Amino acid sequence: MERVAIIGVGQSEFGELWDSGFREIVLKAGIDAIEDAGLEGKEIEAIYIGNMSGGRYLAQEHIAALIADYSGLAELGVPATRVEAADASGGLALRQAYLSVASGVHDIVIAAGAEKVTDVGSEMTTDIMASSADREWEGFVGATIPALYALMARKHFEMYGTTPEDLARVSVKNHKNGALNPKAQFKREITVEDVLNSPKVAEPLRLLDCAPLSDGAAAVILANEKIAREYTDNLVFIKSCTQASDYLALHSRRDITTMEAVRKAASLAYKMAEVSSQNIDVVEIHDSFTIAEIMAYEDLGFVEKGKGAELIREGITELDGSLPVNPSGGLKACGHAIGATGIRQAVEITSQLRGEAGKRQVDCETGLSLNIGGTGATAVVTIYGVV
Amino acid sequence: MLPRFWRKIKYRYDIVGSVCETCNTKYYPPRNFCPICRRRSSIKEEMFEGKGKVLSYTVVHDTPEEYKLEKPYIIALIELDNGPVITSQVVCSENEIRTGMRVKKAFRKYFEDGEDGIIYYGTKFVPDED
Repeated sequence: MERVAIIGVGQSEFGELWDSGFREIVLKAGIDAIEDAGLEGKEIEAIYIGNMSGGRYLAQEHIAALIADYSGLAELGVPATRVEAADASGGLALRQAYLSVASGVHDIVIAAGAEKVTDVGSEMTTDIMASSADREWEGFVGATIPALYALMARKHFEMYGTTPEDLARVSVKNHKNGALNPKAQFKREITVEDVLNSPKVAEPLRLLDCAPLSDGAAAVILANEKIAREYTDNLVFIKSCTQASDYLALHSRRDITTMEAVRKAASLAYKMAEVSSQNIDVVEIHDSFTIAEIMAYEDLGFVEKGKGAELIREGITELDGSLPVNPSGGLKACGHAIGATGIRQAVEITSQLRGEAGKRQVDCETGLSLNIGGTGATAVVTIYGVV
Repeated sequence: MLPRFWRKIKYRYDIVGSVCETCNTKYYPPRNFCPICRRRSSIKEEMFEGKGKVLSYTVVHDTPEEYKLEKPYIIALIELDNGPVITSQVVCSENEIRTGMRVKKAFRKYFEDGEDGIIYYGTKFVPDED
């Protein structure tokens, strides 16, 4: 296998981008990444795009062709492929791009993720998101995505003593980090009381436990090591990029306080990258809901099952802790642009490993990102390193 | 959505799932194939008794459009006696619901397609404690 490096990163603003359409935000991210890599653009051999629901958010399918067209790459006939795994679509695009370079099929490719959600109303958005779980047997009875995460949270509370305050601390930390990120949707700090007093969404989850659904796009350029060295000396390698599946519905899983797909993808990612969870210096976790970050601490092997809350209580995952998690602000503060999130995480880890993360820079050589689809039926784990 | 709902009425109105006679694992919703036994699967339909206990629950305040009038409602994972785990609504007060609570099935309305649309019925659960 070829070694694969990230040589360029770019992203649009995340948030309620009323003035921008889908094409504009994707182009912004793509052009930023191409400029960052020092490419002209026509060197790109393939496009992979993560997008959950262009069909329902925009009534536009064939998203990959649209992007090839507006990026000028259709003129050259560059193949463009859309991949979908709900909000893990971006992670999947990254993995497909990685595999295409690792296999030697392509030398330089672009992996992007994008979603434009604010062209439909919030009830439509809730309905579209429900399709990331089992529509017929969960969605039908009124089990929304927050409701399903709430079921996991309550079980975690009862089995392991995790509390609403622990969940709130995750949100507070991520907002604190987001305040240092110029691209974040929410650049303001909040308190534990703010979270605990915010409106109930699905008990025990409250509004400030839930990441906002946002517009946004992100892109990264991948190249094999030989080509990459022609463009930059500040290389960030993808050491492994793995994916695993779990049962789509919570009711089919043996233990709803564990995301088996995360455990399986992580275990394989550590093995392929030849590192252990203890070697990881910086992490981006899919905190679509605060409970997901706590469960991920456990399922990624940073702490044993049931002790996730200790990491947040003890400040270990703060920016100045020994294992900073979501230095970007995570999905909670950056905004969750669904199909873009997995790529945005790769942008953040790359910036961190290059030493270009500004006020939120942490000391790091090895990073990890976790992108989750729906309630955990898809997980993508990527490990990055400077060597 | 209507044909999609109609096809599954038998399984929704009662709790009709399936059992793999090779490993005796029970499934709801029904499966055509046992993930454990794979090619050795021997799937038969089975009606579950419809009694069980609450494994986890949530009171849902931010609801989809079709459930606006029901707000708030309770969603639970219910472990059926000698059966699978099912996602369903529990009809009781917010103060009454708790994990471990005994519940039993009840035939109830879920929602309707606007004022003139069809009404979607299915199985919900009610408290079964005395």
